[in-house]
Amino acid sequence: MNFVLIFLITIFSLSLFFYGRSKTKSISIEKNIKLNALPKFYGYYLVLWCSIPSLVFLLIWTLFEPVIIKSIIIETAANQGAIFNDKNEANLIYEKIKAIYAGTYFGDIDTILKESALSYAKFINLFTNSKIVLIFAIVIASVIYSLKKIKNNNKARDDVEVILKGLLFASSLIAILTTLGIIFSLLFESIKFFSVINIFDYLFGTNWSPQRAFVSDASAITAAEYDELKDAFGFIPLIAGTSFIAFIAMLVAVPIGLFSGIYMAEYASVKIRRISKPIIEILAGIPTVVYGFFAALTVGPFFRQIGENLGLTVSSESALAAGLIMGIMIIPYVSSLSDDVINSVPQSLRDGSYAVGATKSETIKKVVIPAALPGIIGSVLLAVSRAIGETMIVVMAAGLAANLTINPLESTTTITTQIVMILVGDQEFDSPKTQSAFALGLTLFIATLVLNYIAQRAVKKYREKYD
Amino acid sequence: MTKEERLKKRHSAEKRFRFYGLASIFVALLFVLILVHNIFSKGSSAFMKTAINVEVFFDQELLEIKNGATENQILEADFYDITIESLLKVFPAQDLDQENQLIDLFTTDAEIEIKRAFLENNNLIGKKINLEITASDDIDQLHKGNYPRDLPEDRRRISDFQLIIYDNLVENKKIIKNFNNYFFKNGDSRDPELAGIGGALIGSFYSIIICLLLAFPVAVLASIYLEEFAPKNKITDFIEININNLAAVPSIVYGLLALQILLATIQLPRSTPLVAGITLALMTLPRIIIPCRASLKAVPPSIREGALAVGASKFQSVFHHVVPLALPGTLSGTIIGLAQALGETAPLILIGMVAFVVDIPSTPIDPSSSLPVQVYLWSESAERGFVEKTSATIMMLLSFLIVMNFLAVYLRQKFEKRWN
Repeated sequence: MNFVLIFLITIFSLSLFFYGRSKTKSISIEKNIKLNALPKFYGYYLVLWCSIPSLVFLLIWTLFEPVIIKSIIIETAANQGAIFNDKNEANLIYEKIKAIYAGTYFGDIDTILKESALSYAKFINLFTNSKIVLIFAIVIASVIYSLKKIKNNNKARDDVEVILKGLLFASSLIAILTTLGIIFSLLFESIKFFSVINIFDYLFGTNWSPQRAFVSDASAITAAEYDELKDAFGFIPLIAGTSFIAFIAMLVAVPIGLFSGIYMAEYASVKIRRISKPIIEILAGIPTVVYGFFAALTVGPFFRQIGENLGLTVSSESALAAGLIMGIMIIPYVSSLSDDVINSVPQSLRDGSYAVGATKSETIKKVVIPAALPGIIGSVLLAVSRAIGETMIVVMAAGLAANLTINPLESTTTITTQIVMILVGDQEFDSPKTQSAFALGLTLFIATLVLNYIAQRAVKKYREKYD
Repeated sequence: MTKEERLKKRHSAEKRFRFYGLASIFVALLFVLILVHNIFSKGSSAFMKTAINVEVFFDQELLEIKNGATENQILEADFYDITIESLLKVFPAQDLDQENQLIDLFTTDAEIEIKRAFLENNNLIGKKINLEITASDDIDQLHKGNYPRDLPEDRRRISDFQLIIYDNLVENKKIIKNFNNYFFKNGDSRDPELAGIGGALIGSFYSIIICLLLAFPVAVLASIYLEEFAPKNKITDFIEININNLAAVPSIVYGLLALQILLATIQLPRSTPLVAGITLALMTLPRIIIPCRASLKAVPPSIREGALAVGASKFQSVFHHVVPLALPGTLSGTIIGLAQALGETAPLILIGMVAFVVDIPSTPIDPSSSLPVQVYLWSESAERGFVEKTSATIMMLLSFLIVMNFLAVYLRQKFEKRWN
């Protein structure tokens, strides 16, 4: 249905373009007046007025129609005596009603279901018909309005440009909408979570075991259940595991990335730079699931083997393997950013250092790096924020159980791993376990935001200093 | 310490420092090599599959259909008995247990393969033909040399009797390797020898196309607004801050966004390329806007002023002159953004693309997998055969990424104008 409507609107708009163009031409010849814009702009004007309002309306309608129908149907079913204890049962009944309507339901149909299916059919019809009527009304109204405008010889080019500018502005607003969407969706579930679990129990608890958090009925949690819940969502082991793996990653990435950045900025000939820079950047282009596969199937067992030979017990999901591979993934972020930063240190600083007899490495160590330090710290912070938000490597190569440990040979877990583990597969939406994933997401979002803010400030300040 | 000694020390420090730099570049390069070599050496064997040459006799009594049967009759006919009969003729088995072991050498789809051969040429009743029946995963891995046969029998998945049959088949040249069409054609399967990336390829394709259709126009329009029209005010600053932050938000957060808004609120169908495409588009948008703006910024002001000077409006100067000149950079930025989206896994896991999907999706609203998610799924599987399948999937994924990146570089180098 929607495709037919979109098709009709498109065809109608296109024909309006030709109508508007020829109409204004003939008006100008008939009445012998000078048009205020080229005839084609009158065509564009009609097209925009015909298509945009109706398409926007159609989009909004399509987004909200299923939600509204669903709530109406569930309510009518409840009024007719259907009993559902929670949202899941209501959803199930709604799916049944939809299946009956589509003719794909083969179970028993009782009177309540039958009545509901009939009213579902009624509402679907009602909504579809009113959608068509309203869209036609909108198209006709906007076409009449715009036709009147072009007959009055309006300044069509200016008008078209105002509309287009609005369109451009609307596109750039999508960034704000996405941010709002992220904040809304994370906050919405997190608030529910924190209404059950005290935020301090979450932030300072030392035990993370959401699989224990089984509740029979989310709307009425018993005291015994609450005692279990209170201790199941401690954030400390997760932040410890996350920072620990990120720390190992930085131990790998910072020296290698920084030294290769320095080498490429200060020593490498143009030729070597042209070859080696893209190759290092390949590391950033490899999908993280590939690193995860490599870490889990090659590096993990390899470390375990070495450990066995040395008489150590190494978990095959050790923090070391995950951290090492993550560090390698992050090398290009450190190297190319620090390369840029070092390149923008003014040559005069180096020349001054050479003039008093310093060697190249002394100049780099004592002059260039101190001058570039804020920028370098910024790039390292950006890399840290990549590391704590990285998901696939840790999901595949780090452990699932939340151990509070500083032994790199043991397995630990991270925030992102837990989000994936909680949300993989079927989940009911109203349990504290599911909501805890959103609370973790919110924590992660805030942490990366803060890190990025500091990093960007540092880099910007540094840039301003030498611009 | 004399002056000479000190100078010597300083110069060796210089050499050391230089060496550290070179060494770290070398380490990074070495790692790329190790990774690629590791994946290729594990995965290249997946493009071939092992088959066993079996003589099939289409016995009319067992089949219960006649020559010239219609396609429906054949599809409904029971080929099970014929399959078992033919497979058992490969090697003499003593008892039921050995017979079972013999049949286990073949894929569980042997019956379907025989039926397919019959469908292609249905005048086969009462005739004998030689068919290449796909071997089971264990034989496949054994034949490719991925499976150690010197383990004690109870720690092997292949019994001694099966090894005897295998050696006999090898001797008689009945075991062959041919091109693994299942790997490209089939959807997911619990049996490694039947599992393929067909479904994942289509799923990824749909997701990326939807991502492109949504993200590219919006990103171009948004960057034109921000670069060319936006007034310097608080709203513009706010949009810019948002875009920069969104580019740095971890991808898994977009998965949570999609779960809450697209699946729970708007109720789009789970596990589908449609939802994946929208999620990836939201994630890719800021990553495309940034290079788009850079390429618009690179067009010198003289172009705009020239157009304005001959009477073009601001819009005409932008859309007729600036945008076409910025297009190569815009396109290459988009392709790189799409390449990142193609390799993205975490948000897709959250929107349920980890579901076990056997069917190849025919529309973007069918449940489906995608290439990186398939890598994740298979890497969790215990069967040995999935290791090579996973590596081969990675090879496919990496080759797509290489092609896209080369395309991006080519577009930029071939069409981009240098202004200074």
